[in-house]
Amino acid sequence: MFLNQFLLFAAALFCIGVYGVLTRKNGVLMLMSIELILNAVNINLVAFGAYTGTISGQVFALFVIAVAAAEVGVGLAIVLLIYRNRRSIDVSEADLLQG
Amino acid sequence: MSVAPVLTSIAAQADSLLAEQAPFVRPAIDWHAVAPELVLLFTGALVTIVDLIGLEKVRKIIPTLTSLTFLAALIPVITLWADNDELPRQMFDGAWVVDEYSLVLKGLFLLTGYIIVLISTNYMLEGDYYDSEYYQLISASIVGMLVMSSARDLVTIFVAIELVSIPAYLMAAWRKRDLRSNEAGLKYMLMGVFASSIMLYGMSLLYGTAGSTKLTDIGAVLSQGETRPMLTLAIVFTIIGFGFKVSAVPFHTWAPDTYEGAPTPLTAFLAVASKAAGFVALVSVVIYAFPGRADVVEPFIWVLSALTMTIGNLIAMRQTNIVRMLAYSGIAQAGYMLAPLAVFGDRPAQAQSAIVTYLVIYAAMNLGAFAVVIALARKTGSGEISSYGGTFNYAPGLTAAMTAFLFSLAGIPPVGGWFAKFEIFRILTDGGEPWGIALAVIAAVNSVLAAFYYLSIAKQMWFMPAPDGDDSPVVIPPTLQAALVITLIVTIVSGTVLVGQVSDLTDFAIQLP
Repeated sequence: MFLNQFLLFAAALFCIGVYGVLTRKNGVLMLMSIELILNAVNINLVAFGAYTGTISGQVFALFVIAVAAAEVGVGLAIVLLIYRNRRSIDVSEADLLQG
Repeated sequence: MSVAPVLTSIAAQADSLLAEQAPFVRPAIDWHAVAPELVLLFTGALVTIVDLIGLEKVRKIIPTLTSLTFLAALIPVITLWADNDELPRQMFDGAWVVDEYSLVLKGLFLLTGYIIVLISTNYMLEGDYYDSEYYQLISASIVGMLVMSSARDLVTIFVAIELVSIPAYLMAAWRKRDLRSNEAGLKYMLMGVFASSIMLYGMSLLYGTAGSTKLTDIGAVLSQGETRPMLTLAIVFTIIGFGFKVSAVPFHTWAPDTYEGAPTPLTAFLAVASKAAGFVALVSVVIYAFPGRADVVEPFIWVLSALTMTIGNLIAMRQTNIVRMLAYSGIAQAGYMLAPLAVFGDRPAQAQSAIVTYLVIYAAMNLGAFAVVIALARKTGSGEISSYGGTFNYAPGLTAAMTAFLFSLAGIPPVGGWFAKFEIFRILTDGGEPWGIALAVIAAVNSVLAAFYYLSIAKQMWFMPAPDGDDSPVVIPPTLQAALVITLIVTIVSGTVLVGQVSDLTDFAIQLP
């Protein structure tokens, strides 16, 4: 089995995603970076599932895909709300609450 | 060329593939054990349908109906508790467990939901616009919490934590045209989703190590052999994910902003119910899946706990807004609640019971404090601590109740909080390990720091004059009164006459692999 390649690929995706979340200021791009992390998780789960010969990895990945869709649906709704009220989705401009 | 032979051969191949698999057998379902979740799910759906059909006509009764659904779901919890000999009930090969621990927590979540509906009722009715979806989202979130208390499997825990959080993201951004509420929702959602994804990465590595998503299987595999770097990474990432949910420092940055910007009843919900759900997940995972890796978990939680209580208290001291102050005080309280997990290795059952004791008492006193804040905001319209002067003159009852809640939060006997703190100190010092005692000393210093700012609010309420000289009484609607009375009674009796009962209630036996 070539488990290592999958794990390294997933780790790279994970790092790109975390980097994106930490540096991007645009709400939609932050959500997309989070999607990258979730895809890294799915690759891990499916690779481990094939490696260990158990079904729960694939099932877990399906759950992650479904729940991620719900999360992003809610996330985009909130970003849209911000855009309607401020005409901008720059997260760094949302600074009314501080301290 | 006809397609029929091709189709036939495909069908034949499919049949032969299916024949190789063992026939699917539905796992046995213990309907009594899932009754609380099912009752809440169906009655919650029913309330949604009533709301859709009745529209304007049923507006006034939706909060009442919602609170009734929580009480209805409490009935199976009580019957399960009464049927004590059958516990623990297990389903799906141990992925779903109903034991005393989960039943106490289900009761706690349902009662918390009931009180949240009580304190929300007038707040939502008198808001800019009325939305009954608010109550349906609370029900959905509470279903997630009930699932969480019984989940002993990574997939179930993940789905439950999302079911708790996703409605909460929406409710935090509830006041659509209020920029502060929008911002609260955005910050909570981004941090929450980010935390979940990091937690999932940790979980995927755990699954890869153990080849199973069941907590007890993972615990059995992790107990063997050396601590490998991948395991450490998996454990740390999983705990970081829960750290966001329970607002542990340094993953707390969303909490004060979200608490301040969100509608105040929802803030109470986040500070009590959502945080308790995060703790339940953390406790289940740490106790059932990581008992063999205490060498990784304990130092990590030790640092988190010490940082959380110290930084939470230090920042709380300089807050001028009561909701932000309660947010930081809630962060500090999360630090105390994390402490037992820093010494859980030798005595997991005691750690579990100390945390649940703290959660039960914390729920009562913190909900009570938020109920007083909501009641006073009806008159002052402000969350500034300076506006709390003179309340003793025009609202002596509220002042006395708030004093009881503040004393309880500070851990001063005879009100409930002292017993919660006592249990924490007891488990930290029982083993006699130096790091446990060191954490107990840090917690003790923090309790003194915390008493300073809690009591300064009490001082403001009892001795200072009203800032605008307005001494007209506060009108407290009956639902809010009921919430205040319930939380006050629980806060007082849990520290005095019923201390023994509280400690019996949270005295669990746990089975480890």
